[in-house]
Amino acid sequence: MNRRSFLKGATTLSVGASLLPLTQLLPRAAQAAANETAVVVFGGTINSLDIHRSGTNRASYQVAINCYDRLVSFGTKNMPDGSLSYDFDNVQPEMAESWDISENGTVMTFKIREGATFWDGKPVTAHDVKWSLDRAVSLGGFPTVQMRAGRLESPDQFKALDDRTFQITLPFPSKLALPDLATPIPIIINSEAAKANASPDDPWATEYLHRNPAGSGAFKVSRWNAGEQLVYERNDDWACGPQPGYQRVILREVPAQSTRRALIERGSVTASQDIPNKDAKELAEKDGVKVITTPIENCIYSLCTNLDFEPFKDKRVRQAIAWSIPYEAIFEQAAYGQGVPMWGGSNEVTSIAWPQKSPYEENLEKARALLAQTDYKDGFEVPLSFNLSVADWAEPTALLIQQGLAKIGITATIEKIPGANWRTIALVEKKLPLHLENFGGWLNTPDYYFFWAYIKGNLFNSYNYDNPEMTGLIEKTLDMAVTDPAYAPNVTRMIELAFDDIPRIPLWQPTLNVAFKEGVEGYEYWFHRQMDIRPLKPA
Amino acid sequence: MSLGVKSRRVLNRLLQAVPTIFGILVVCFLLTRALPGDPAAYFAGDMADEASIEQVRENLGLNQSMPMQFVSYVSDLAQGDLGVAISTGQTVTQELAKRLPASLELTLAALLLSLVIAIPLGVLAATRPNTWVDHLCRFLVTAGVSLPTFFTGLALLYVFYYLLGWAPPPIGRLDMMFLPPETVTGFYTIDSLIAGDWALFKASLAQMALPVITLALFTLAPIARMTRAAMLQTLSSDYVRTARAAGLSGRRVLVTYAFRNALLPVVTTLGMVFSFVLGANVLVEKVFAWPGIGSFAVEALVVSDYAAVQGFVLSMALLFVSLNLLIDLAYTLIDPRVGEEE
Repeated sequence: MNRRSFLKGATTLSVGASLLPLTQLLPRAAQAAANETAVVVFGGTINSLDIHRSGTNRASYQVAINCYDRLVSFGTKNMPDGSLSYDFDNVQPEMAESWDISENGTVMTFKIREGATFWDGKPVTAHDVKWSLDRAVSLGGFPTVQMRAGRLESPDQFKALDDRTFQITLPFPSKLALPDLATPIPIIINSEAAKANASPDDPWATEYLHRNPAGSGAFKVSRWNAGEQLVYERNDDWACGPQPGYQRVILREVPAQSTRRALIERGSVTASQDIPNKDAKELAEKDGVKVITTPIENCIYSLCTNLDFEPFKDKRVRQAIAWSIPYEAIFEQAAYGQGVPMWGGSNEVTSIAWPQKSPYEENLEKARALLAQTDYKDGFEVPLSFNLSVADWAEPTALLIQQGLAKIGITATIEKIPGANWRTIALVEKKLPLHLENFGGWLNTPDYYFFWAYIKGNLFNSYNYDNPEMTGLIEKTLDMAVTDPAYAPNVTRMIELAFDDIPRIPLWQPTLNVAFKEGVEGYEYWFHRQMDIRPLKPA
Repeated sequence: MSLGVKSRRVLNRLLQAVPTIFGILVVCFLLTRALPGDPAAYFAGDMADEASIEQVRENLGLNQSMPMQFVSYVSDLAQGDLGVAISTGQTVTQELAKRLPASLELTLAALLLSLVIAIPLGVLAATRPNTWVDHLCRFLVTAGVSLPTFFTGLALLYVFYYLLGWAPPPIGRLDMMFLPPETVTGFYTIDSLIAGDWALFKASLAQMALPVITLALFTLAPIARMTRAAMLQTLSSDYVRTARAAGLSGRRVLVTYAFRNALLPVVTTLGMVFSFVLGANVLVEKVFAWPGIGSFAVEALVVSDYAAVQGFVLSMALLFVSLNLLIDLAYTLIDPRVGEEE
């Protein structure tokens, strides 16, 4: 080998390699997928077909959504960008064709629709509803907690008056009860089929329903290869809604995001669920791919200051921190510009829309002035923690906050907490002095958010905030009807307190991004962030 | 050596492995529980409060003391019950039975491919030192070992799927349109041949193509290097010089004398390569959505799914014990002197 031949070889190789990207202009292979079959890819894994089972993960909730019916559902509304979203203020019939609420608001009576059957042909009755809701409140875990949020706590509250009439009795009237019945949890299970497969050790048929859904919903599960795919097959006899557009939907688990992106760009799949902001921004510009971006309701990515940490006991320190955060840079770099900014609002609270902008913005003079009034004008050290499982947005955010704090003399050291530990350390033990949090409430009222995030001891109040005025307001307002004259003033006062005490500093409202093949219609954003395949229609 | 002696040796080796495996079990058990992170809190899910976390902890059996947990684990094990993998909702036995063949299929195919390329390449490089063959070998080897597998995997994906469209969508072991064959070995290629389904065989081979090439590039390096080094050594030895002096043909010298003697270190390398590739192909599995044992174990570890991690470690330990046994047996086939000291 001499120099000349080596150089010749290297030149040929590099010229060849540089031509490769031009091959992108070659015609793409025609995708021969049947028009009525959709292929959806996502990065999680389905670990159970039974939402009430202990240990069922978030991604598995989609089976409950697509394969089972509930008494009620939410209607649809149009978003400003033309996309569709569920409508929290508009509860629609699903299995219950009508309902009425007693004068005092504590008794809800539902009429089960005529002619609805389970997949095995058996008619759906109020007794099935009773068994199913009893199950939801008895098995424990997240399902029971979510049911409790709607004041549905014990089987004593549920009664099947006859085959077609179902009654729920609330301990007191609550605006949260009816919407709670439209969450994924209170599904209607074929109680006869389930009881036939129950045993004295397993009265709720958890072993059977874990692998064999027994519902009345729009789709049946025709195959479940755990860890690989789930295949939905349309139920042509679905009584609770219009016939779905797809006859078959194949859900494939593809762990690597780059692979998922390649698949949707090449047109090999119909949809890619829950894509990161960076890919959403880039894919929106490509032909053949449609990206739908929806702000996640009642969810704010926030920086939390723990009131157990000495310096943060002083409100002025917390406010100083709120004035020192580089909000714009964080929004550009961590969120790639996708989302709704939550800073720079007016000083007065003029509306009860939530989430809304806090009055803070990046203003280092105000920050330094406030800090100078406190005992900590020389600064202090504090660890800044975040959950590694959300490192994609949390890490750049934490780094930028660290820089902002450094400018006012506060030294923050970054601490990454592994996902398996996060819940225990951050939410249960509540001992992280300064951390990033991302709670979003399923039921879309501001008081619901405040209940979980601003009452001492509640799960998402990971910063030990305790204000008796706030607690009293929340407890009064949580179940109060929105039309009550005291509602708006209460919520206004709650927001004022939240912004003045500022234990939880809003950064931005995140978005849920989904990529579709061009032409696929019908996608609706839902608060549970899973893909409801029922309204989807092929191109 | 008689068959009776051989089988007695095999039995001896297997018995010697039992305390090793027990030790591995204990260490793994203790290590997984020493990891920070509370699986009960993780699996109790969103919005779980103290009560529901306690409930999940009881369901998982984690509220008992460590020795009690170990005793119940071992007694379950004796009955063949490896527990339930909460992260996937399946029993550990089911998961292993499905994922181990999936990973083995990739690994064995990759090893086969790299053997077919690496051994001739190594032999050629040794017999023609400092020619273009030798330099090609060196180049391939360096590139293969220095590029990480996920990079190679993604690069191959980019070129052959995304740009050229030659490879099928990297969507797992089988395209949507096909149903997997009847399980005999768990290898889709072999099972589809057994079932006589030619189209299915081609489809599973097509899905395997890119991940196998990625892994093969990685395993090529040590095998080619070792072959070349061992061949160089044997080619310069006395007995080869004698054979040449005695007038034996070049081919005879190369194959019967030089190569056969060089085989021993190559087999050792093969064993080592197999052991680290089986676990290390996690990244390839993630990129190509291959439902293998590596990604299963990593996911289980991240969420502290004890039963799954222990099941994985146990199966790997058993696999390596049998692998070592196989290699020892291979030695006796290649080198008659091994085992003579009985």
